[in-house]
Amino acid sequence: MTDIALQHGTQDDGRQASLRRFAVSDAVFRNVTRAAALLVLLSLAGVAVSLVNGSLLAFSTFGLEFLVSESWNPVKEKFGALAPIYGTVATSLIAMLIAVPVGVGIAIFLTELCPRPLRRPIGIAVELLAGIPSIIYGIWGLFVFAPFLQKTLQPALISTFSHVPGLNSLFSGPPYGIGILTAGLILAIMVLPFITSICRDVFATVPPVLKESAYGLGLTTWEVTSRVVLPYTRVAVVGAVMLALGRALGETMAVTFVIGNAHRISASILAPGTTISAAIANEFTEATGDLYTSSLIALGLVLFVITFIVLAIARLMLARLKTRAGR
Amino acid sequence: MLYARRRLRNTIMMGLCVVAAGFGLLWLLVILGELVWKGTAGLSLSVFSEMTPPPGEAGGLANPIVGSLLMTGLAVLIGAPVGVLAGTYMAEYGRHARLSAVVRFINDILLSAPSIIVGLFVYEVLVVTMGHFSGIAGVMALALIVLPVVVRTTEDMLLLVPDALREAGTAIGAPRWVVIRSVAYKAARAGITTGVLLAIARISGETAPLLFTALNNQFFSLDLGAPIASLPVTIFQFALSPYEEWQQLAWTGALIITFAVLALSIVARVLAGRGDER
Repeated sequence: MTDIALQHGTQDDGRQASLRRFAVSDAVFRNVTRAAALLVLLSLAGVAVSLVNGSLLAFSTFGLEFLVSESWNPVKEKFGALAPIYGTVATSLIAMLIAVPVGVGIAIFLTELCPRPLRRPIGIAVELLAGIPSIIYGIWGLFVFAPFLQKTLQPALISTFSHVPGLNSLFSGPPYGIGILTAGLILAIMVLPFITSICRDVFATVPPVLKESAYGLGLTTWEVTSRVVLPYTRVAVVGAVMLALGRALGETMAVTFVIGNAHRISASILAPGTTISAAIANEFTEATGDLYTSSLIALGLVLFVITFIVLAIARLMLARLKTRAGR
Repeated sequence: MLYARRRLRNTIMMGLCVVAAGFGLLWLLVILGELVWKGTAGLSLSVFSEMTPPPGEAGGLANPIVGSLLMTGLAVLIGAPVGVLAGTYMAEYGRHARLSAVVRFINDILLSAPSIIVGLFVYEVLVVTMGHFSGIAGVMALALIVLPVVVRTTEDMLLLVPDALREAGTAIGAPRWVVIRSVAYKAARAGITTGVLLAIARISGETAPLLFTALNNQFFSLDLGAPIASLPVTIFQFALSPYEEWQQLAWTGALIITFAVLALSIVARVLAGRGDER
């Protein structure tokens, strides 16, 4: 009698012990994963803190004038961020002007027009191209694209617009090959696969019944696209564009090769310029003196803030579509 | 009349879409064609066996290739486990926690943040404190780029695992972490591997974060405490040089990287596709 009770007791103890063991090991694993998740937050916080910390010297020396001054003189230690900021915005703007219509056009082609057997191969090709490292675009831009533009597009632009008031200063000066326009065009080619592959995924979320009923009413393919597909996916398409813009703003290697690295703002988009990332990539290892280094890190902080805002907007817009799709 | 106009409009707009597709794909084909054309011209066995040459001499890319492999491998070894764990928290333990939502948002931003910023961060934290450029700084910069890619794919793939499987595991008395380890991970294995492969593809071409962390090295070195050569930085340096031999090596290196990245992406895609069919 007592024997059996005793046995029961030990069995219960064993179960209790293993339950406790399970609870402890589960808590350990849970906290390890939680720590890893927190590490993601920490890394972004670390980036922000270290950039602010590194740029303190530059901002305390120049104040907010750093953001609006065009001078960049390592000898006299006078630094201003306006020329790189202008170059970053100008090249990204050129890139988006070209890449958005073409990228969305390709996505429409892939979802509405392309013969079925070709859809997958072309779609996969576009996605593979989105993964090609930017340095490849850079080296091609320097050796092939820039000389090509120097001989063809740039002289044509200069002679076409030389007598058009307003536009002639935009396309003036000698055709260097490298410059703001070339960098913008290369960025356009680079972000094209991004825009296309996101837009294609987004267009695929449109319920077929919506499109079918529109076709049933007798709408043409273009009318279905412009009045059903695009309005339904508008927010996400804008999100895709913002995502590509974030990419273009921060792109370093493709731009560094062809921008010319000149710290000045020219009216002509054929002239060499610089962008924030190109300035950092070109000058950081050669920067002598704390103020020079700090100014370059301050440029990095400016880029970080700009891209953070753009990417945050992009993600919020893309997330909104996801919640709608979930419903 | 109206119908004819609508038809015409449709033809024009759809024609423009076809033109856009042709135009976009044409450029991408031109770039790849040129790369293969110029890259294969300098491709030979000596590229893989000889060191980077001084200006004006023949040589190879052995030391940058080894340096890149070393740094990429270590970066994945550091970044991928942390990423998998963080993704596990978001998909399993904290699926509805506010922390997960915040981490997801921040992770998505890290995913597309400019990589040169990561380089600046690691420079501030590691290079300045150590006092010199080093391979380990390059590894950390690359690991920081691996992290968000792996977090994202791990979370997505774990969320695809049906909850019924987890419930079955819990029903036979397995604690949560055993369920995660032997049910969820197993079911999502192909997807998580895909994520890691994509992360490797992403960092094998990264140049900007290495420029002022690992710097470059003219000679063969495996010492992580010292500057170390990498393929992308060598391409950058050689392409901008005035020497023809260096420029040729830059093209060849670019071809090698592109080939490696494309091969990795295709393997990842095949793996993911196989997971779908099951």
